[in-house]
Amino acid sequence: MKHTQSFIFALIRTVLLGFIAAAVLSPVLLAIVHSLMTEREILANYGTLGKTNTSMFVNLKLIPDKVSFEQYYRVLIATPAFLQMFWNSVGLVVPIIVGQVIAATLASFAFARLRFPGRDALFFVYLITMMMPFQVTLVPNYMMVDRLGLMNTREAIILPGIFSAFGVFLLRQFMLHIHSAYMEAAKIDGAGYGRIFASIVLPMVKPGIAALVILLFVDYWNMVEQPLIFLQDAVLQPLSVFLSVIQQDMLGISFAASVVYMIPIVLLFLSAEHYLIEGIQLSGVKG
Amino acid sequence: MHRIRIVHKEWLVALGFLAPSLIGFLLFYVLPFGQSVLLSFQDRFDQHPTLMNYAELLQSSSFRKAAANSLLFTGISVPIIVILSLAIALMLNKRVFGRRAMRTAYVLPLVVPVASLVLLWQILFDWNGTINAVCSHFGLERVDWMQSDAAMWVVILMYVWKNLGYNVILFLAGLQNIPEQYYEIANLEGASPLRKLFGITFVYLTPTTFLVLLMSVVNSFKVFRETYLVAGAYPHDRIYMLQHYMNNMFLSLDIEKLSAAATLMAAAVLILVFVLFRVERAFRSFME
Repeated sequence: MKHTQSFIFALIRTVLLGFIAAAVLSPVLLAIVHSLMTEREILANYGTLGKTNTSMFVNLKLIPDKVSFEQYYRVLIATPAFLQMFWNSVGLVVPIIVGQVIAATLASFAFARLRFPGRDALFFVYLITMMMPFQVTLVPNYMMVDRLGLMNTREAIILPGIFSAFGVFLLRQFMLHIHSAYMEAAKIDGAGYGRIFASIVLPMVKPGIAALVILLFVDYWNMVEQPLIFLQDAVLQPLSVFLSVIQQDMLGISFAASVVYMIPIVLLFLSAEHYLIEGIQLSGVKG
Repeated sequence: MHRIRIVHKEWLVALGFLAPSLIGFLLFYVLPFGQSVLLSFQDRFDQHPTLMNYAELLQSSSFRKAAANSLLFTGISVPIIVILSLAIALMLNKRVFGRRAMRTAYVLPLVVPVASLVLLWQILFDWNGTINAVCSHFGLERVDWMQSDAAMWVVILMYVWKNLGYNVILFLAGLQNIPEQYYEIANLEGASPLRKLFGITFVYLTPTTFLVLLMSVVNSFKVFRETYLVAGAYPHDRIYMLQHYMNNMFLSLDIEKLSAAATLMAAAVLILVFVLFRVERAFRSFME
């Protein structure tokens, strides 16, 4: 009796949570489905989007009339600008991630495992900076970029990106959880700090680095504000900006464009989901 | 003597590890921010120290509107998302079929590119969009959602959708840190489920809740990106936030006033973090 009751409750919870999960996932699924429609089908069903001079509703379709890869062809092969923007995105995101991972792992080791005067105060400055909206750090960023003569170059976005405070915050949490006994043992064996960092801390903090890579990737792959402000040249713009523009003019291929745009992130996410969840969890445990 | 030498050395080692990050952090964030604070107290024309920028800012109706909207948005959306994600985490923490898949589903919106989302958002909320189609099917007047008082609710929905999973995972971790014995003892004493929820779960979830609050506030600032992509630089009055104001200030090159706005917003964030820390500490010592 008791067992049946708990089974029924579990079932109710599953249905309820599954319903919310489906709602949460629907935008992703819809984008994939729509990317397999022909341009003509998209325009026929959604052509009135954003037009106030007509009263024709869009027609939300869940299944394409005919599965077609025409949109993908148009995006990947017939629109050279698209691939250009894709590589622009990669060229911005990869250096930021590599740079921040290096700078942040080193710095977070100092914050988590070494003693020095003013440590906690300095960390608080990092923490507060991490919490500031982009528009608050925009002026400082802009002034420095301008002074260094980096305006309208990729470095204008890459350099502030490398030194944003998030990585230090996240990795410090991970390092606080490494048991100090490991370090003490290594010290007794005569290992220096460099050795401890490279052969004890670094391997143990790998999940943290994986989580940081995903979260940074998502953040910078999606950036819109920074390129709009720091890059005047259209040829330098990343995909995130380009996509928001083509939605108005090239509705017929924008679904496939978004799916292509989504693929790197989703692949990265699925392959390291475990680390990401662990990363978020640990960042929640206060040190 | 020996000890002093070691402490001294550790300080130097720390500096070595910190240097790459610290140099860039000071160069791109701290020093220029200090400069921008100074700028906010300077007269635009003759560089004399002045409070004019702040005075002008506080008198500007668009700044006041933007500040009020930002406050309202954070004030409404943060409680909604905290309660909702707590409820989902509580359910996910019990027996559920397909928990892993469900957890993935909740986190996925976090990684869905903003630009792909915006398009689907338009299909739903456009003047000719699906929601209006459904409304008119039932004989209701159609609404231009992003151009109406309802716009803020649309943005809140977008915010909740995107950030729900992050909070759910934080809460799940917090729930798993509560020792099982507490519940066993409560069971022996015959405590009701509701009593256990308030007497054990909520009490031991306090530090997590604090962190979720903090992250939710930060993420509520980031919703600008989506709003900007859906509605542009000058959206409907109800969703014209501080970030829009500052963005437009920037484009019109009003750097002194923008610096003043940034300083005020930074001060507000600082005060908020400080108050939250205090409340949490007070609450914790009260529990003990």
